[in-house]
Amino acid sequence: MADKLICRNLNAYFSRGQVQALTNVNLNVGVNLVTAIIGPSGCGKSTLVRCLNRMHEEVPGASAVGEVLLDGDDIYAAGLDPAQIRRRIGMVFQKPAPFPTMSIAENVAAGLRLNSARLSRAERDEIVERSLHNAALWEEVKDRLDAPGVSLSGGQQQRLCVARALAVEPEVLLMDEPCSALDPISTARIEELLLELKERYTIVIVTHNMQQAARTSDYTAFMYNGELVEFGGTKQIFTNPTRPETEDYITGRFG
Amino acid sequence: MNVTQPQHTNRQYEEELRGLRAGLIKMGGLVESQITEAVEALVERDSVHARTVIERDAEVNRMDIETDGRCINLLALHQPAASDLRFITTGLKITTDLERIGDNAVNICERALELNEEPQLKPYIDIPRMASIAQTMVKDSLDAFMRNDTTLAEQVIARDDEVDLLNYQIYRELLSFMAEDPHTIGVATRVLFVSKYLERIADHATNIAEMVVYMVEGKNIKHMDPKHEQPS
Amino acid sequence: MNRSSEMTSQFRRKLKSDAMIAVTAVATLLAVVPLFLVLGYLVSKGASSLNLNFFTQMPKPVGEHGGGMANAIVGTFELVGMACLIGVPVGIGAGLYLAEHPLTSVARAIRFAADITMGVPSIVVGIFAYAVVVRPMHGFSALAGSFALAVIMIPLITRTTEEMVKLVPRELREAALALGVPRWRTSLSIVVPTAMTGVATGVILAIARIAGETAPLLFTSFGNQFWSTSVTQPIASLTVQVYAFAISPFADWQRQAWAGALVLTCIVLALEIGVRWMTRGAARVPR
Repeated sequence: MADKLICRNLNAYFSRGQVQALTNVNLNVGVNLVTAIIGPSGCGKSTLVRCLNRMHEEVPGASAVGEVLLDGDDIYAAGLDPAQIRRRIGMVFQKPAPFPTMSIAENVAAGLRLNSARLSRAERDEIVERSLHNAALWEEVKDRLDAPGVSLSGGQQQRLCVARALAVEPEVLLMDEPCSALDPISTARIEELLLELKERYTIVIVTHNMQQAARTSDYTAFMYNGELVEFGGTKQIFTNPTRPETEDYITGRFG
Repeated sequence: MNVTQPQHTNRQYEEELRGLRAGLIKMGGLVESQITEAVEALVERDSVHARTVIERDAEVNRMDIETDGRCINLLALHQPAASDLRFITTGLKITTDLERIGDNAVNICERALELNEEPQLKPYIDIPRMASIAQTMVKDSLDAFMRNDTTLAEQVIARDDEVDLLNYQIYRELLSFMAEDPHTIGVATRVLFVSKYLERIADHATNIAEMVVYMVEGKNIKHMDPKHEQPS
Repeated sequence: MNRSSEMTSQFRRKLKSDAMIAVTAVATLLAVVPLFLVLGYLVSKGASSLNLNFFTQMPKPVGEHGGGMANAIVGTFELVGMACLIGVPVGIGAGLYLAEHPLTSVARAIRFAADITMGVPSIVVGIFAYAVVVRPMHGFSALAGSFALAVIMIPLITRTTEEMVKLVPRELREAALALGVPRWRTSLSIVVPTAMTGVATGVILAIARIAGETAPLLFTSFGNQFWSTSVTQPIASLTVQVYAFAISPFADWQRQAWAGALVLTCIVLALEIGVRWMTRGAARVPR
């Protein structure tokens, strides 16, 4: 299977190069698959995922060195506009953040509207409906699309954020601990959503919940101390990992 | 469980795993002695001894249920992964094999009780030899489990052929007895059964050894022996 | 601890708690009572002079009965309005800049300047406006008065805008950036509207503050007995008019001063209460 995203010798820094958060990460993310990134707190998994859509450099003093190839083209090539990259590689964050001044429909269309897309009313409504369907939220909100985005429950808000991210039609969807702030039922819904989404998108999910990685992903990457320790098929990682560090983490031997 | 690995952070989990291991070893020891005593009861024609072994099977069954319960709880509550998962599922299977071995020992005793009512056909030579190998296989497979020793486990697997050969020899010998004198059929068939039970015990020991290899290496080598021409 | 000593210590604790509650109640009363006293006094002294004439007529010459403060009321609105035209965009713009680029040396300089300006006495601001606007124009004017008020207004709006924009959660900004929205668009279309309620509150409070200023207007808009709305001419304002009438020896004018003070207080009160009401349940900043 082809690789959608390839990281080559990715290094990431904070505080103007004084703190190194990622060391020589080499990772291949397969197309139309769910790849999970697990590891203890501070291992760099969030940093890694934020380097994949150039969000890492939005932090003052942060920088990244190396290559990230999207379908063979380096997104860190000189002269490229990060905003363009982010339209192809979308992201959903840990805390659901619907725009408070906008309704549900406006939230979903926000990515398009703010990118100066010229859309007719009908086109916009069609995209909103499609995105909400893809995020498994349509049935619950179809009668109140004009209600404020913040009037939804936590799980619904997160699915709204997914719909909003999908509306700009990215090729890759990055998810940084998307279920951490949600209850078990909402979590289960989002996990189920991943199975449907991966048919059309490539997904990378960061999670501190190992069982979630085991349940939902096809490939798992284990990170420790800024390094990629092991990467392989999820079944293999969870039944017979190669590296002792991976084995220790997965079986709960944190030392 | 590899003792060179660090301990689990969750101490209760660590203790329950150790408890499971200890329980399995204890059950193995009990089953080993059941085999020994069953064969003794047969060879020495001691019916009292045979009955003692039969009664003790209740303890084996109790331990089977207890160990099953421990494994299920561990799976439900701790979501084990990797080597822990393989250890626990191995534990579940070993329990079954041990309990079957226990049942086979009981079967030997039951045949012994019947055989003690009749005069012996001939002195027992091959049966004790077969029993000794089967016993060693059981003991070695459990030792391999205790020490995570795949080399020992593979040796156990290799010895199964010896037992199968002996089984066949005994079968041929008894067949000739029965062909010559039909009055011996009753006794001969019972001895045949005992041979079969010992062969089954050896098979179960092989299963345990194969599970040990899976547990240590993550490789499932069951049903892979190319030397077996007839299904056991 | 046995039963009886338990009960005694429990009783003592309750006693202490009640005493403290009493003390804080008294303190609250002491803080709140002056407000009601002032309002009450104003109402008692000024309400009787409030009639239609007051709001529609110009001050009459001394000796003549009647007249009102129509010009002063309109003047205050004009001065405050023009001050807003200058002060609100500058203040919000500066506040936005400080919030988006908090650590540059320019930002540090702006913040320092704003803090200092907030501490300058308003009369000094008036003198400054005199030197900078009145002298070159060779005369008092509404423009100078608005300028002085704007100078007072800008640091207030800058600081509240900065604080309100900073309160917008980082997650909203990041969510917008992650959609591929450029940074400037994110600020304009997501951050500012989200902070808008808070920013508006800051603006209204600044308005309430300058509506009540007298000193800076003394040397800038100066005051006018006649009807004038011209920007380049002196203009009346409620505050200055109340001052002028109050220190005058004429009972009629003093009576009107009370009424003017009451009107001024009511305007400021209305603005403050209006702000509270506006922000009572609105999602000013998301949880």
